[in-house]
Amino acid sequence: MTFGSLIATPSDLTDTASSKCAIVMMTRIRLARNLASHRFPGRASPDERAEIRAACRQTIGSLPLMQPAYDLAISDLSDLQKQILVERHLISRELSASPDGAAAMISGDQTCSVMINEEDHLRIQFLRAGFQLKKTWAAINAFDTAIEDALEYAFSPTLGYLTACPTNVGTGLRASAMMHLPALVIGGHMEKVVRAVNQLGIVVRGQFGEGSDASGSIFQISNQTTLGESEEQIIKRLSAVLSSIVEHELNARARLIENDSSKLFDKIGRAYGILQNAHLLTSSEAMNLLSLVRLGIDLGIFPDSGRPLVDRLFIESQPGHIQNNAGQAQIEPALRDTLRAAQTRAAFADFAPPNFIPAIEEPPPEPDTAPSQN
Amino acid sequence: MANQLKCVSCGKPATVHFTQILNNKVHKVDLCEACAQEKGITTLAGFELPLDLFPPKATSEPTASAPESGLTLRCEKCGFTEADFKKTGRFGCPHCYETFKQMLGPMLDGMHKGTAHTGKVPRHAAARKEYHDRLSQLELTLASAIKDERYEDAARYRDEIAQVKQTYGKQEAAS
Repeated sequence: MTFGSLIATPSDLTDTASSKCAIVMMTRIRLARNLASHRFPGRASPDERAEIRAACRQTIGSLPLMQPAYDLAISDLSDLQKQILVERHLISRELSASPDGAAAMISGDQTCSVMINEEDHLRIQFLRAGFQLKKTWAAINAFDTAIEDALEYAFSPTLGYLTACPTNVGTGLRASAMMHLPALVIGGHMEKVVRAVNQLGIVVRGQFGEGSDASGSIFQISNQTTLGESEEQIIKRLSAVLSSIVEHELNARARLIENDSSKLFDKIGRAYGILQNAHLLTSSEAMNLLSLVRLGIDLGIFPDSGRPLVDRLFIESQPGHIQNNAGQAQIEPALRDTLRAAQTRAAFADFAPPNFIPAIEEPPPEPDTAPSQN
Repeated sequence: MANQLKCVSCGKPATVHFTQILNNKVHKVDLCEACAQEKGITTLAGFELPLDLFPPKATSEPTASAPESGLTLRCEKCGFTEADFKKTGRFGCPHCYETFKQMLGPMLDGMHKGTAHTGKVPRHAAARKEYHDRLSQLELTLASAIKDERYEDAARYRDEIAQVKQTYGKQEAAS
């Protein structure tokens, strides 16, 4: 499959967006795996990295989930294409900066991506919309077992799966959820939440991982440790923390409406007005405004049918996507802001105006207080 | 750039270099700003070194580990040295886990919930290990039977070896 069709296809994440994804937007699990017979990518020669890629490619390319698949060598991609993959959470920034031999295989529906020769030989990642840690684990576990049928993994009975960095050794598993927490941010409670979950061995990062900011009130929350607990235990522990964060966010929303509804409604109403009429929007401003409209949808101020659009704009307002839509090789950031505003104006032209009555009359719906049980 | 120290906690470039003398021993830690802040090192109140940076090392009796005896460890498979690991925060190959076992133990203790893997075991790796263990055990008994001229026993062990090999081959083919 070609790169062009990848961009043209909206990812499963945004298309299936429903009220089930209100607070936990996306679940993601990644496994770090290495081949027993090779040096880790950071130490391997270019020839060895090519060998590693060939071995992984053959096995992974033959799996049913990868029919069809995007089979991409990082060295063949332009900077813009790499950026788009990063913005879609399909590859890491680290992979996009990796030398020869770095590659990615992405399933046609973009819910599974395998990075080859990143920090480890294999970084397998599964994405699902909403709060679906258990289902995601079941899927990635089966996929991993199928790979293991053909490739011999570096594994020690005492230390588990061996990884380039000892912080990933053991299960090699990082489970994470992308959460939309606008009320905790508006209420100024985020710092408290971060500190509390850190104590439980859970890490909070910005939307695009380490070092990224939290514009749009979107956070990535994941386990820090990988050794000493089984995969199921890690997932259970993370689920419990996520459920409690969801509850705190819902409480914070209820408090905002109870104590200062005009202030909150003003923010949401203005966000709608700006998105519909602005002519210049930076990506972080767009993210913050979209976040407020998304909160409005959760509160019943806007119809639920607007959710996929908002979630898609979260991704399509990123610089790489704007640049790509412009169809020119390189555009100035200022022009990008113009194009971004034009895109949101068009998208919001027919977007239903806010109706604030339901938000006051009935308590906000409680969509995802508990993780789905399967 | 090549010599830049990495944060012991997360592997990003280290900008905070913390030295503390504890029980007449010098402890040095390299951290990135975020981790340093998280561990309370950059704030004056956190002048005590957080315990989890040096879990058992700081309290246990000095052990005769390789670095203290003046030798630098070097992985026989990939040539990676202890200094390489300190610089990059990464290992060179799977065998490094064996080579650097001694320094790894206390480090893992501070990094993770435990020091032993309790999660998924690759099906094939487990079967393979069992097979090799069984085979080498049988080969040893066979050798000793031959040495003692117990030829009837030896014939039995030889058949058993053939059977184990055959069963394993079938399992491999079936999966």
